[in-house]
Amino acid sequence: MVLAHKLAMASDLVTADMVESTEFPHLAGKYSVYGVPHTVVNETVHVEGAVPEATLMSQIMTALGSQRA
Amino acid sequence: MPILDEKVREQVRKALADLTRPVRIVMFTQGEGGALECDYCQQTRELAEEVAGTSPQVTLEVRDFEADAELAKTYGVDKIPALVLLADGTPPRDVGIRLYGIPAGYEFSAFIEDLRLLGGGEPGLREDTVRALGQLKSPVHLQVFVTPT
Repeated sequence: MVLAHKLAMASDLVTADMVESTEFPHLAGKYSVYGVPHTVVNETVHVEGAVPEATLMSQIMTALGSQRA
Repeated sequence: MPILDEKVREQVRKALADLTRPVRIVMFTQGEGGALECDYCQQTRELAEEVAGTSPQVTLEVRDFEADAELAKTYGVDKIPALVLLADGTPPRDVGIRLYGIPAGYEFSAFIEDLRLLGGGEPGLREDTVRALGQLKSPVHLQVFVTPT
């Protein structure tokens, strides 16, 4: 979660939410969250587990790319 | 009964002792202190109160999701309990950090780290990350699902 929040601090275009799964089960269900941490990027790309910074960035680029297509 | 025991409170006080900039926590609950305030809302509010109490640089503003619906909308808060973390100032700067649900267990450390970073810490991101972020053209919304372990 801290990594996501760091990205938010570093860019005005990035917003980052922590969502506590057990308190918002409808959202966990909506995004098929079975394990944590689970990061959803722009509703489309899912990143499972705590990943290195470079991996999260490349997934963000993937999410942005699929929006453009 | 306090949520944080004295030992943890002391650790938080130490962690937040060197903040060089003020940080504001805007907490959204509903029916503050009343019988209808949801359990998690009450716990999250009390946790935020205790954390804010450990540092003169951290201010807490408690808002009502219903009565302050316009403000909730401004911050894009669509569920509670919610914590909006702002770099304080005139006006406070919203960097886009939200915590929905109680930041407990491992997430409590992350919450404290957020406050440290907003209060003057260095995010220490990789150079290529900073470069890539600088080239972003459209919004990126990250939702990190966690559990209170």
